[in-house]
Amino acid sequence: MATTDHGVSSPTRARIDARTLRQDRWWLSPLTTFVVFSAFVVYATVRAFMGRDYYASPYLSPFYSPCLGDCVEGASDFGQPFAWWPLSAALIILIFPLGFRMTCYYYRKAYYRAFWLSPPACGVAEPHGSYSGETRFPLILQNLHRWFWYAAVLVGLVLTFDTVLAFRPMPAEYAVGDGETSGIHMGLGTLLMIVNIVFIWLYTLSCHSCRHIVGGRLRHFSKHPVRYRLWTWVSRLNESHGKWAWYSLFSVAIVDLYIFLLATHTIQDVRFF
Amino acid sequence: MTGNEMSPEARGGMERHAYDVVVIGAGGAGLRAAIAAHEAGARTAVVCKSLLGKAHTVMAEGGAAAALGNRWPEDTWQVHFRDTMRGGKMLNNWRMAQLHAQEAPERVLELEDWGALFDRTEDGLISQRDFGGHRYARLAHVGDRTGLELIRTLQQRTVQLGVDVFMECTVTEVLKQDGRVAGAFGYWRETGRFVTFEAPSVILATGGIGKSYKVTSNSWEYTGDGHALALRAGADLINMEFVQFHPTGMVWPPSVKGLLVTESVRGDGGILTNSEGKRFMFDYIPEFFRAETADTVEEADAWYDDKKNNRRPPELLPRDEVARAINSEIKAGRGSPHGGIFLDIASRRDADYIRKRLPSMYHQFKELADVDITAEPMEIGPTCHYVMGGVEVDPDTQQSAVPGLYAAGEVSGGMHGSNRLGGNSLSDLLVFGKRAGESAAAYATTGERPAVAEADVKAAQADALAPFDVAAGPGGGGENPYTIQHDLQQAMNDLVGIIRTAPELEESLGELARLKERADRMVVEGHRQYNPGWHLALDLRNMLLVSECIAKAALARQESRGGHTRDDFPGPDPEWGAKNLVLSLDESGHGVDIAEKPLPVMPDDLQQLFQDT
Amino acid sequence: MAYDLKMRVWRGDAEGGELTDYTVEVSEGEVVLDALHRLQATQTGDLAIRWNCKAGKCGSCSAEINGRPRLLCMTRLSDFEPSETITVTPMRTFPVIRDLVTDVSFNYEKARELPYAELGPRDADGKRRMMQVDVERGQEFRKCIECYLCQDVCHVVRDHEDNKQHFAGPRFFIRYAELDMHPLDTHDRRKLAQDAAGLGMCNITKCCTEVCPEGIHITDNGIIPMKERVVDRKYDPLVWLGNKIGLRSKDDEGRTEV
Repeated sequence: MATTDHGVSSPTRARIDARTLRQDRWWLSPLTTFVVFSAFVVYATVRAFMGRDYYASPYLSPFYSPCLGDCVEGASDFGQPFAWWPLSAALIILIFPLGFRMTCYYYRKAYYRAFWLSPPACGVAEPHGSYSGETRFPLILQNLHRWFWYAAVLVGLVLTFDTVLAFRPMPAEYAVGDGETSGIHMGLGTLLMIVNIVFIWLYTLSCHSCRHIVGGRLRHFSKHPVRYRLWTWVSRLNESHGKWAWYSLFSVAIVDLYIFLLATHTIQDVRFF
Repeated sequence: MTGNEMSPEARGGMERHAYDVVVIGAGGAGLRAAIAAHEAGARTAVVCKSLLGKAHTVMAEGGAAAALGNRWPEDTWQVHFRDTMRGGKMLNNWRMAQLHAQEAPERVLELEDWGALFDRTEDGLISQRDFGGHRYARLAHVGDRTGLELIRTLQQRTVQLGVDVFMECTVTEVLKQDGRVAGAFGYWRETGRFVTFEAPSVILATGGIGKSYKVTSNSWEYTGDGHALALRAGADLINMEFVQFHPTGMVWPPSVKGLLVTESVRGDGGILTNSEGKRFMFDYIPEFFRAETADTVEEADAWYDDKKNNRRPPELLPRDEVARAINSEIKAGRGSPHGGIFLDIASRRDADYIRKRLPSMYHQFKELADVDITAEPMEIGPTCHYVMGGVEVDPDTQQSAVPGLYAAGEVSGGMHGSNRLGGNSLSDLLVFGKRAGESAAAYATTGERPAVAEADVKAAQADALAPFDVAAGPGGGGENPYTIQHDLQQAMNDLVGIIRTAPELEESLGELARLKERADRMVVEGHRQYNPGWHLALDLRNMLLVSECIAKAALARQESRGGHTRDDFPGPDPEWGAKNLVLSLDESGHGVDIAEKPLPVMPDDLQQLFQDT
Repeated sequence: MAYDLKMRVWRGDAEGGELTDYTVEVSEGEVVLDALHRLQATQTGDLAIRWNCKAGKCGSCSAEINGRPRLLCMTRLSDFEPSETITVTPMRTFPVIRDLVTDVSFNYEKARELPYAELGPRDADGKRRMMQVDVERGQEFRKCIECYLCQDVCHVVRDHEDNKQHFAGPRFFIRYAELDMHPLDTHDRRKLAQDAAGLGMCNITKCCTEVCPEGIHITDNGIIPMKERVVDRKYDPLVWLGNKIGLRSKDDEGRTEV
């Protein structure tokens, strides 16, 4: 790397040519993040634009829930106010979970490091000549994280409702064995949706904005014992916010993939009862 | 002033500054003095060897003793005064002990006004913890990092007020004119360039002398600069024979040998055991403290929960007693594998409690020794910790025998007598730092300012540069300052340590004379810019002078008392209990003279406090 | 168990310098600072190192070991293979003075720009009352030993010299957070934190937290809550609406914006 006159090569600093003297595999973590996130983005984009194979009764893909456009029969539990919408119904609502995750404090760290190399890792010089952080448009919009959190709570409630609906009987076309169509049912899809909704809630409730809203903003915990208790709970969840971000990312993709495979009749649901 | 700028006022290559009050040292005492002087309207500067906020005060762990009465309403300044005097074996300057006990509470509350966040009681008041020698739980604390809280608070206050701070600048000489202070001379550590301060008042707040010992809890800065500056300026030192060995320093690994393990470990329930698993402190309760110390394990353990009906565990005797006991156990062959004894809190308190109350200890042992103190006992042994002796000052104004020269904190003498109680140091800094700052400001702003003599500056400059000029000595080859320092530390540890005898002390004086000779032949390599070899060479002169004071006074005092234990005179002697030893620079200017001086007499109303119990 | 350790130490000053190879004898239980001290005492008496307590309490001996910001006194040699060469350089964000010593005055200048604690009057009995749960968050930040490793690793100033003017850095963001969470403080410094201190420059990539030797959760407990407090003031629709119709949180009463 040629010597430049900014950053660690500024004239007053100790003259060391290397951009970093780290000897560990510091690039492994940003590279992994880059690969996995990219794969998810590609998969999610494809699935969101497909506009089909998102519903295999009683399962509705989380990418399409709530299904407010011109959706297939049975998928719209909240009506179809956007029935006129010409494109995939996923695009109507995906902005909310997408916005929530894009402005999330954990994801910001992850993608600033892995995609923007700002910085690629601690103590490794970044390649950019100038930097203004989150002070200008568009990055100043990161401050809207809280708005998206409010929306994410609503989305979480809808997905919880979907999970409850996943216990409905399953039509014969997707089921293994004799297609019983009455009573309560639980299949692998139901289980996956339960796991998914648990991770979604852990992720949503461990959010830094949530931590602030439930109690972090207070100066006198002692005068608000209930909110303080809530704050300590959220704080404990918050320690693993990054972990919940990853788990819920995988779980949401897996649920969608499973439903896609069911809807395309590639596989059949594994029924527990 | 960041300390990294060069002043535009440089005249003839010499940087000069004029102030009313120059404070040397930026620990607790120095910063408190600077704040007080500034608030009294004096133009004030702080000069310190390290960066601001790094002073040795950060190492203080347990707390600041002050009779706030938050835990025990019965606690008053009288009780604190009595504890302090008894801890010092009645050799304290009674007036200092009285002022200290009276003013400490307000000094602590003041820190809170400036943003300090002490641990709280259930009522929201400042929490207070138990410590050795204190009758009631009295130490205001923040976990076990009280010193850090104190220095950060004072530092932030100093910056807020806009006091000038000269960082990484060492003062090598106090300048005088007509018997009064005229200023100070020093050098920037970074550039090696010289700087002269013109000021009618100079406050010494340089801390202690621990770096003269091999096993010490003190940092490199503790080279007795203030003690030596005062001597050379014509002031006297008292009580130099009293050096406190903290009973609990780390003994392993070698690289951290001597590092402090806070007394709070014992205050919060830790006990001392030997290699046989015996809780040995019960065998070492001295007559003087028998009435107030538990003599059974049951009573000692019950005390933590019910202090009213039980007496204190013997682990919480004053430090000198505990250090001697540990020393005896190790000598008797009942020590731990690495030559210490065991300090055990793991078997007595649950892990959460330990981590909450002693976070830095947990961290320190985990990081540096691979020991989990919530699961296994620590290995500890005595370590040189504090010097009770220091500049003899007026108890009310902190002024030394030299007009315009003040001393506060560890560098001053008298307050702690022959032994300091834990927690009394942080409060000492605050109380007497403020008093020194105020009187120095008052003195500086009245009367005319003495001028600094050019010849004195030249002489100071030549002295400072001497280590570069010395050619190879007659013995062939110059001396390495690091080697001399190493030999000095070894000699002081072996010959002027916890237990002393006349032959060893005499031997130490011979050794010190030889070291001084070698120091005259020191050579340092390199140039003046940030040169640690040169810095050490200059500090060594102070260390040698102060070490001589300690050895001479230790040889003269033929009794055992507090931080001075003579194997050949094992008990206290009432006659010696009535006098101080005073040291001053001899005529040659390279050695010290010693004299006896009667202790100031305590007034009757205070005497009364010792008869009530 | 003594062995010969190979070290590469950066020697030089503002004019230039280079990594110099040394071999020094070290023994069990030692830290990097011990090895450097032995170098100083036996081979190179003028090697400049800034250090003080050698116990991880004062935060003086900050440097970079194998490219990572660390305290020299808290980095144990047992963390490395005996055959490994340990590279020690000065902090690369601050101007170098000599060898391992850098000019950290940037931090002292920022400290001077910082607002201070301004408490209301004491209670009638001359004391103050604060509950433990209310001071605990601030106490975490006050554990800071000002080693400035967080300032060193922060790419905002490490990689962009020109940002130094407008950016206070993680150490001082936690000071803002500490004051903002103080139960008795009377100032509201959110605007200052956003404008003067450059809180928005931080893109929460968390390196400050990674290097903190005191384990302070600088980002999660300090910077992000501070960012959220700025959002309260400026970007939250509900708070804005509440203020319009006179529904104000009582918790913030008695504070004035500075």
